[in-house]
Amino acid sequence: MSKLEKAALGEPATVAPTDADDAFLSVRDLRIHFNTDDGLVKSVDGVSFDVQRGKTLGIVGESGSGKSVTSLGVMGLHRSANARVSGEVWLDGQELIGAEPDEVRRLRGRKMAMIFQDPLSAMHPYYSVGHQIIEAYRVHHKVSKKVARQRAVEMLDRVGIPEPDKRVDGYPHEFSGGMRQRAMIAMSLVNNPELLIADEPTTALDVTVQAQILDLIRDLQKEFGSAVIMITHDLGVVAEMADDLLVMYGGRCVERGPAEKVFSEPRHPYTWGLLGSMPRLDREETDRLVPIKGSPPSLINVPSGCAFNPRCPYADIPKDNVTRTVRPELTEVGSQHWAACHMTQEQRERIWTEEIAPKL
Amino acid sequence: MSDEKAVTIPAQSGGAALTKDAAPGDTLLKVTGLQKHFPIRKGLLQRQVGAVRAVDGLDFEVRAGETLGVVGESGCGKSTMGRLITRLLEPTGGKVEFEGKDITHLGVGGMRPLRRDVQMIFQDPYSSLNPRHTIGTIVGAPFKLQGVAPEGGIKKEVQRLLSVVGLNPEHYNRYPHEFSGGQRQRIGIARALALNPKLVVADEPVSALDVSIQAQVVNLLDDLQEELGLTYVIIAHDLSVVRHVSDRIAVMYLGKIVELADRESLYSAPMHPYTKALMSAVPIPDPKRKNAKSERILLKGDVPSPISPPSGCRFHTRCWKATEICRTTEPQLLELKPGQRVACHHPENFEDQAPQDTVLLTVAKEAAELVADEVLAESAETSAAVAAQVEATEAAEASEATETAAESEPEDSAPEAAEESESTEPDTAETDTTAPKATDK
Repeated sequence: MSKLEKAALGEPATVAPTDADDAFLSVRDLRIHFNTDDGLVKSVDGVSFDVQRGKTLGIVGESGSGKSVTSLGVMGLHRSANARVSGEVWLDGQELIGAEPDEVRRLRGRKMAMIFQDPLSAMHPYYSVGHQIIEAYRVHHKVSKKVARQRAVEMLDRVGIPEPDKRVDGYPHEFSGGMRQRAMIAMSLVNNPELLIADEPTTALDVTVQAQILDLIRDLQKEFGSAVIMITHDLGVVAEMADDLLVMYGGRCVERGPAEKVFSEPRHPYTWGLLGSMPRLDREETDRLVPIKGSPPSLINVPSGCAFNPRCPYADIPKDNVTRTVRPELTEVGSQHWAACHMTQEQRERIWTEEIAPKL
Repeated sequence: MSDEKAVTIPAQSGGAALTKDAAPGDTLLKVTGLQKHFPIRKGLLQRQVGAVRAVDGLDFEVRAGETLGVVGESGCGKSTMGRLITRLLEPTGGKVEFEGKDITHLGVGGMRPLRRDVQMIFQDPYSSLNPRHTIGTIVGAPFKLQGVAPEGGIKKEVQRLLSVVGLNPEHYNRYPHEFSGGQRQRIGIARALALNPKLVVADEPVSALDVSIQAQVVNLLDDLQEELGLTYVIIAHDLSVVRHVSDRIAVMYLGKIVELADRESLYSAPMHPYTKALMSAVPIPDPKRKNAKSERILLKGDVPSPISPPSGCRFHTRCWKATEICRTTEPQLLELKPGQRVACHHPENFEDQAPQDTVLLTVAKEAAELVADEVLAESAETSAAVAAQVEATEAAEASEATETAAESEPEDSAPEAAEESESTEPDTAETDTTAPKATDK
């Protein structure tokens, strides 16, 4: 904690500074940097977003774009001596970055919970699944083991595990991949969290199992009205789950807006690139994909100016080499829709409608 | 690029049949009844107590110049299949023929000349490259192992290969860790292409890569096929990638091929219920379709264990159309439509193969609850329509041939097909099938 850069807050404000009044989670200018032998890694460099209760925010980006680090930052899981966290995270009116670790620990697991990508490494192999769920419940509720066990069985049943009263004593390795993911969802939901962060919850699963799990998360969200952050690299998954979308590149948000808008009228060349590089089942067969040239930037040497400029086919359109020298800020391009690009609105609109959209 | 074929490759030892190139469209690789059972041993004496039937009877062929895509869930045996046809694993049964030559049980020495023609690209570009060798050594290894001396020396040839796959030839002396995932995969591809193979088996070539990089590698594979006339077998679990790269696609479930068809037919009208479920499960990147997700077919539970696969049709435990015959009789992989082979008693988008069997199993009833009514209705409709069509043409032929037959009672398919359809969706089925009943012989 001592290493944490406390946000410059005069006093613990009681009202969260959000532009949307009903935001349950508000993240403002979150920065997470790591000191390494090679230099300062700016994993997350000024990200802001809001999530409302009952809504789902999708965060997409390539590996190393900072999406997982963002979510761990919200959960307050960067406690290593080398992590430098700054900015503000407001959860239901409470600021977390400057809060005491004990305070955050009380919230973690109860008010906010996380589903990890790989349940085999996220669960302890030595303890039974039931034991781990019971532990999670008893940390936050003063109840007897028996009651907690009852609750664990109930949760396993709720997530669709057959014979939950028997499987509660099973060990993680005895579960199949889909079952393990369900058990982990049960574990994270045991305290009825109001914020659920799912970090690539289906990446390790087959499509048929993925469909089951996404369905489950959707149902549970409806039932509990929780806010969900869905982190993934699969645009298909976010399109299905998310109400709002945040596209990350090189530790920064390059586009943010309602999911429908971002898919139908994306306003950042990187988003165009993502849409163009994936083959789609719902479209006519295309001869060639349109990949993004080059590879994602190193977070130690993020390109100056717009981080995407070395890979952007339109980097030369704005005058005076501005893409290589000035970092673009998020500007509003539509209602609740922001993008960070130096091209003018008209230029982007023209390129999207004339060059990109017809090829998708 | 094709002139590079002229590099001085010494005459093939062994297998003389391998020297002539297969013309595009000819069968390059033929597999019949291919099996691989991994024994499970237990106890002090290590007696065999069972077997994992990873691959359990595959029949297919790969034609020169085409791309065969293989899809299926994890554990369906698709990777084992890839290793069997490249003979990295010894088949338990069946036959593998490459260019007409039986290579099923060739030894290491017998396989060596063939290794030049059959190459493999692996899934994980991090574990498939030796971290202690430079890129030059890795890509040059095939030449040394096969005793091939390319024109201008190995180094020059390796550098040419590196530029072919889009890497900087000056990186010859670098080590794998200095490259990103996409670049490593390109190194693996360069190594596979070194000896001008005829058949390249790629096991999940892009699944470890980021979306934007995936597209680069997919395009590269495409270009190389065009330039070098390669034949691919691409194993993947991503159905949209497979559709993009393949000419024909095999769908595997629990060690068997359940459907093998041209890309167009498979994606426009899948016949096997499993194929249909698999395709409906792929998330579509279009938020406007969010409300149309009722078409999704959710499968219950997990894939059964390949140690003791279900009797009859292996999919019957999760299928919403399963009847008694599915539990008892294994469906054969039959060519129901030109270019579309299916192993199913009650295929989608086609005439029912076992129309007399109408009573759904209890598991099927449970499974059907997860399938939206519209999907069931639509499938009953199309099956009935196809059945009607088939009956109509048959009836037309029959009436021309003999008039007397027309008097006899309708005995098989059509009326019962109608019954079957009725059991799932009465309204639509009735209207569609009354016509063929009347015209039936």
